Amino acid sequence: MLATIGVESVADLFEQVPEPLRLGRPLDLPSGMSEADVFERLSELAGRNADAEEEVCFLGAGMYDHYVPAIVDAITQRSEFLTPYTPYQPEISQGGLQAMFEFQTAMSELTALPVATAGLYEGPSSVASAGYLAIGATGRRRFVVSRGVHPHSRETLATYASGYGAEVVEVGLEGGLTDAAELADAVDPETAAVFLQSPNFLGSVEDVEALGAAAREHGALLVVATDPMTLGILRPPGDCGADVALGEGQPLGNRLDFGGPSFGFFCGAEELLRRMPGRIAGETEDVDGRRGFVLALQTREQHIRREKATHNICTAQALNALGAMVHLAWLGRRGFRELGELLARRTAYARQRLAAVSGVELLHEAPVVREFAVRLDAPVGAVLERCAERGIAAGYPLERDYPEHADGLLVAITERRTREQIDALAEALGAAVAACADLASYGNTKSAQSQEVS
Amino acid sequence: MPAGETPMQRERAVTIFERSKPGRRAAVLPRSGVPEPPLEELIPAKLLREEPPRLPEVAEPEIVRHYNRLSRRNFDLDTGFYPLGSCTMKHNPRLNERVAALPGHARLHPAQDPRRAQGALELMWLLQGSLAEICGLPHVSLQPSAGSHGELAGLLLTRAYHADRGEQRTKVLAPDTAHGTNPASVTMAGYDVVKVATNERGGVEMDDLREKVSEDVACLMLTNPNTLGLFDENIAEIAGLIHEVGGTLYYDGANLNAVMGHSRPGDMGFDIVHVNLHKSFSQPHGGGGPGAGPIAVSDRIEPFLPRPQVVKRGGGNGLGPQYDLDFDRPKSIGRLRGFQGNFGVFVRSYAYILSLGADGLAEASETAVLNANYLKARLTEGRAGSRLPIAFDRHCMHEFVLSGKPMKKELGLATLDLAKRLLDFGFHPPTVYFPLLVEEALMVEPTETETKESLDDFADAIEEILAEAEQDPELAKRAPYTTPVRRLDEVKATRHPVVRQSLG
Repeated sequence: MLATIGVESVADLFEQVPEPLRLGRPLDLPSGMSEADVFERLSELAGRNADAEEEVCFLGAGMYDHYVPAIVDAITQRSEFLTPYTPYQPEISQGGLQAMFEFQTAMSELTALPVATAGLYEGPSSVASAGYLAIGATGRRRFVVSRGVHPHSRETLATYASGYGAEVVEVGLEGGLTDAAELADAVDPETAAVFLQSPNFLGSVEDVEALGAAAREHGALLVVATDPMTLGILRPPGDCGADVALGEGQPLGNRLDFGGPSFGFFCGAEELLRRMPGRIAGETEDVDGRRGFVLALQTREQHIRREKATHNICTAQALNALGAMVHLAWLGRRGFRELGELLARRTAYARQRLAAVSGVELLHEAPVVREFAVRLDAPVGAVLERCAERGIAAGYPLERDYPEHADGLLVAITERRTREQIDALAEALGAAVAACADLASYGNTKSAQSQEVS
Repeated sequence: MPAGETPMQRERAVTIFERSKPGRRAAVLPRSGVPEPPLEELIPAKLLREEPPRLPEVAEPEIVRHYNRLSRRNFDLDTGFYPLGSCTMKHNPRLNERVAALPGHARLHPAQDPRRAQGALELMWLLQGSLAEICGLPHVSLQPSAGSHGELAGLLLTRAYHADRGEQRTKVLAPDTAHGTNPASVTMAGYDVVKVATNERGGVEMDDLREKVSEDVACLMLTNPNTLGLFDENIAEIAGLIHEVGGTLYYDGANLNAVMGHSRPGDMGFDIVHVNLHKSFSQPHGGGGPGAGPIAVSDRIEPFLPRPQVVKRGGGNGLGPQYDLDFDRPKSIGRLRGFQGNFGVFVRSYAYILSLGADGLAEASETAVLNANYLKARLTEGRAGSRLPIAFDRHCMHEFVLSGKPMKKELGLATLDLAKRLLDFGFHPPTVYFPLLVEEALMVEPTETETKESLDDFADAIEEILAEAEQDPELAKRAPYTTPVRRLDEVKATRHPVVRQSLG
């Protein structure tokens, strides 16, 4: 090979790197390892994580411990789906492109909005992308965001907004739901978009249609983040006046993976199609008239439009979206609805069961589907610690994201959480709150004292 | 019906929705085991959906058969050579899939208490350290989900860095050879992009750069080796010019596969680097994701990194170190996404780094550069040498760019025709029509995991296509013939977009 190139050694090829910029030493990393040793090392690290196989997991907050059917792995692990890249050559990428088209159809059905993209990175950054779209569509630079929107989404939106330049105004919650009066006051003729989430971060199902009136009145886009697993039973965003519906796709066919990779779905009104972020598959024909699929509307995208692109994204999370499509096909029309019903009923049972525990009360009474918030009469951290000792991850503490609910705990239910596990959670919470209640009164006494001093 | 259809061409595309028959199903759900009141008693009727979404009704055997058949309509890296320039289509070791699927990784909830996710946080810490060493920059955030997400992060970091110094800058420089994501990210970050010209050696045109450098420049974005596969020898001087006016230097890490263990962006003077874990570090490309785009930064950029950051604390008193998520970062640009990033990708890439080690990574880059130069040399022989000349004739790094201009002029064959004819020969074509400054460009990146034989086969195929085109150029212009569908009407798909199936 060197002779064909006409050099003496590989080192000659690196001579274009100026000498002072050559590393001139080995990287300070360990030497390579055998496959068996790497497997053991990674297994050892994995073994130091308390996963949902080891603990009974009531954690949610946007990602949920659903059962992923075996055929999802079987199909997504096929080389033909796992190892190609973006379908730039459609004639040899019909499998991936058709899967994207089917996925778009499914997400459009779920949200009841006419157009869908092939997928974005994940949930919160999809919210930020909707902000960028709204600025382009309205020419305005102000967002009104419900405090019920996932805190990660709100923070990501603010991060992106610091770049493209937009003001973010937050609207509070009342009884677990977006404060309608405050929202109506906050939306003005300069508002580019109103952001809601339903079910919201505290699990409450919002009346999106009623809340959206303020957006319609001022010509702002209504952007609704949603949990796809609830759309078998909840009225879809498209029927509630949403211009954009989006969200975290993990519950559909994707593992927890400590937070990713998953995908974000993004659906919208017909007139927004040419402003949409990311890949979109479209139907067409080949020269002989056969039905086929291609990447459509590429003139929106960075590789064609460069600085005038509607977004910088290239990644469609195609494999994750395929997993979602297979999961949805497996559930099917009836199974998908039944799963929604199952979640709602198990959650209703869990909510009632926990509310009956001494030292536990509901944080709000708003309707919920698969997640709800409670208030504990004991420090949440200590209670979680006790529950973990009994092999239960009891929920997501609200303190960091909602300091006003420092005593709050968010509890999530999936089809994997049985009645027996819910009963065990109730019992564990009761015992833990009782055992830790002294800590709470200690805390209360302390704050009472400091109030006296001040 | 056209004559001589292949079996797969005869099999027309049918979607899973079209296979649906009322009453069929796959899933059997668990019994609820709890009281089952009507939904209206739990949720007000006006918030409920009347009709369930029209998902397909199909049994499991049909789902499996449907997607298996679809998969056969894809070309993939495990099946054949995939020299798609700038995408680093290297082999994806199956070990990495196995370790990512361990329950301790796959079923770990992202909101798990850090004290009970120590293995995951340690893995992230170790990956951060490895990337820092490879990039020559001390601090890493794993949060960005892809290269373009890393670019946006880098520009927002630049903005925050300047704002912290009371400066407001408006321009970002990028060469005309830059990936399309660079200018798109610049606009999203609220800057104006200023193009810098390329010199006759394929590097940054220094006079043009000098003219455009000013105190209004926030950042210069560069890929090195660049998209022509050439290392910019003036990089130290370029870095000096940008730093002199207080700008940052951003390294698009798409081409890091050329220099691992040989040269480090940090040592070249870059402040911010993104790393495409799905390129250099072997995460499978998945048909267009998932990937991940961690960033490595210098000390002066560190305070602004996204939160949370993985940190290592203490040890001592007979206790081991503890890993944690640090949210208390007052100067941080904030979050770029939910939770901690694409952890499943981190697992695969860390397994890859462990497998190869320091020596293996350096050798991977050497072989990538060797393979590219060998294939380039093979393509300067015979017909390719005159019909498809190298755009910049010098040794390349991991990829190189050919120009189909003479081929088009002499044979009437566009680069697109050559690409489509390659499909009939069982190859994925190179990246076409990029970079933009090369007419009829073909960008070829073979990667280190190809054998000499596969490179020879590819060179032979190009030669054969050019030879047959001399006899009958129409052959390539109408290609492909053997693929599941033939040339597709992309204009129609954009003029009259059908982006979902109508279900009546």
